Parts: sequence; C-alpha cells; structure tokens
Amino acid sequence: MKLRLITMVCTVTGGVAMAADTGPKDVHFDDYGAIETSLTGVVGDAANGAVIVGEKSKGNCVACHEVTALAGIPFHGEVGPVLDGAGDRWTEAELRGLVANAKMTFEGTVMPAFYKDDGYIRPGDAYTGKAPSAPLTTILTAQEIEDVVAFLATLNEQ
Amino acid sequence: MYTKVLTAVAALLTIPVTAMAGPDEDNLVINDELDMISVTEAPAHAENLDTIYSGWHFRTDETQALQIDDFDNPAMIFVDQAADTFETVEGAAGKSCASCHDGAESFKGLQASMPKVDAESGKLVVMEDLINKCRTEHMEADVWKWSGADMQGIVALIGLQSRGMPMNVAIDGDAALYWEQGREMYYTRFGQLELSCANCHEDNWGNMIRADHLSQGMINGFPTYRLKQAKLISRHNRFRGCIRDTRAETFAEGSDEFRALELYVASRGNGLSVETPAVRQ
Repeated sequence: MKLRLITMVCTVTGGVAMAADTGPKDVHFDDYGAIETSLTGVVGDAANGAVIVGEKSKGNCVACHEVTALAGIPFHGEVGPVLDGAGDRWTEAELRGLVANAKMTFEGTVMPAFYKDDGYIRPGDAYTGKAPSAPLTTILTAQEIEDVVAFLATLNEQ
Repeated sequence: MYTKVLTAVAALLTIPVTAMAGPDEDNLVINDELDMISVTEAPAHAENLDTIYSGWHFRTDETQALQIDDFDNPAMIFVDQAADTFETVEGAAGKSCASCHDGAESFKGLQASMPKVDAESGKLVVMEDLINKCRTEHMEADVWKWSGADMQGIVALIGLQSRGMPMNVAIDGDAALYWEQGREMYYTRFGQLELSCANCHEDNWGNMIRADHLSQGMINGFPTYRLKQAKLISRHNRFRGCIRDTRAETFAEGSDEFRALELYVASRGNGLSVETPAVRQ
C-alpha cells in the first residue's frame, strides 16, 4: 500500500513537471539568442549538470570544450572555447539559449542544438545510422538543459 | 628592441601550441627509400585550404611508425592474401584476375586517377566497381561485398601499385557534375548534430575532438588499416561511420552519393602521394 502510494506520487509529480516544460517548438529566444524563462520552472541541479557535460552518452560537452572544473575527466576537446569563466561571461538566460540552440546566438556555429527536435537534414535514430522509427526527441531533456545551465553558471574565473 | 622581445615571447608561446594542436612536422618515408608527398600546396579547387596534409601527420608516433615499414604495417598481411586471391580462379568462366591482367603491377597509376567517369556508361566509378565488373562480366563470379576482406584486400593491392604517386583525379568534363554533387554533400550539415564534413575536417582540422585529433579527412591512404577495427577499412565505410556519428540516417556503401563524395574528397587531396595501405588509429 505504502509502495503504491509512493509510485502514485512519483507519477503525479513526473506528470506535472512534464506538463510545465516548455517544448522545443515553444521556446522563445530573444533577439540575441537568449532564453529568459526556465524551460521547466525547476531550479537546475549543477551537480547533475556536471555529469551531463562530461558524459559521452549525454551532453558530451567536453568533446569540444575544455573545462578545468572537470579536469578529472580525460580528453577535453578544443573545437569550442574553454568553458572556464562561462558563468562570468554569460547570464543564465544567455547560457540557456547557448545550450538549447547556440545557432540563435552565433549564426552558423558548429555547435549542435541540444533542445531542438525538427528542421534537420536526414536525421537518424540516435547513432544507429538508420532512419528514425519514432518522432525525434531533443538530445537533452528540458531539465537536463536547466541542469547544464546551472553547472555552467558556477564556472567563474578566480 | 621592444619588438624583438615581443617576437621572442610570441615565438615561445606559439611553438608548443602549434606542436600540440596542428599536424606534426615529421617526414613520411616508406621503407627508408620511398619519399612521400604528405604535405603540399592545396589544389585551387579546395578553396578553403592553403596546405593539404596527409592524415598520417595527425597520428601518434606509434601509429605513424607502423606505416613507414612494410614489415610493421599490419595491412600488408591482407595485401599478401590479396596477391594470392589475384591468382585464384573463381567463377563459371574459370578465370582469375591474372588470366587477363599481367600482374598487379600492371595497375600502376590507376589509383591516382580514381574515381573516374566510365567512358562507356558515363557513370562515375570507383575501384570497387571496376573489380565487381570484372568479377561478374569476365569471371562470371558473384560480386564481392563492398567492405568485405576480399574486396578491400584487392582494392589495397591495386592501390599499393601507385604508392608514392601524387593523387590526380579529374574533376572537369564528364566528372564535373559528380564533383559538384560531392562538394554539396561535403558542406551539408547532416543529422541531429548538424555537422558537415567541413565542420570538422576543414574548419577544425588540427583540433582535438575528445581524444581524436581531427585531420583534413584525406582519403589518399585508403583502404587503411584501422587499429580500432583491426582490418582494412574502405573509404565508403569511413564515410558511413562519419555521417552516422552526426546522428544522421547515413548513406549505403556503394551508393551513388558516396561515389560522388569519394570523388570530391579524393580531389581535395590532389597532389598528396597515394599512401595505400595507410595505418590509422
């Protein structure tokens, strides 16, 4: 009985959080590519954001960006700028815009959009090389975007 | 004086960074006797490159060493096997490659001009097409699978005969339309990551992407022995993997799209020596 109640609560909470998320097609970017409003309304978890930034199967941000705070993870790339001090250089809204779709801030940038689900040329089913069998999902979820933004906001130049 | 100090400081700052990020400055000499052109001026049609570099310059010393001596080059096992295959009779016509061709040596120079347009059909053909055409029309044997060991062994054996010769594929005349198609593909940002060939191999060559040192994506060393896969890898297999890794629906090996892309990418390396069979990570 108790277990069932917990499951119910989780389901309800999950449902509510999902309903409050701003879908990828409803995101409002301002003229400079920033996203003012949180995609979920739930404060980002910087610790989880750090995991996403370093994890190959998640954001894999370190594939292109060096992050001194994550020096424990091997092989940081150098395709994009070093992320140290990102929290000083950008506001939270700007960071959200950059992670969700950096092309709205920097036209033509090589950086992939992590919160977009259409407008692609020959999108595949993740990394299988095959055509998708279901509607595309964003690379990161709305809350994962918020978590990454929360982590990036902690990166200050000392 | 002040300028001189600044220059000295700049030099100090620049050298280590270049050494780490860019191509290295080693010379590629095979078996202590065959000087390879592994760095040269970019052809005019590779409009956004000044200098072209073999992928060899972006690999570790250990990987580089495997390619400079044929006794160390793991691809040579497959080339040796292919030399036997060349003599092996197969198919209803009772022929081997050697029945019509006067040794693999007779293919000297061919790889440097591939892909090319077949005069008869007007179609763009790559080495695998020529081989399968021989198999079906002259040997009356089955076609080989594109990236199979038999096929890539023979592709490598034929390519090896041109090793050291500069790549010189034609991009004009009948080839022009195919070349344009390949060029367009090269700059198309495929998949959910929206990455084109150019994003990595033109805009970011020399940079690290995670643990991988991005090269200019030259194919003058293919089929190449890839340590990761421990076998000869075809050009189209590499293309397929790259496009798959952009989270795209990739193209098939042996597709017309990849034939065109092969022509375009080969042409970007015009002037570099044929390195077949190269060794990469």
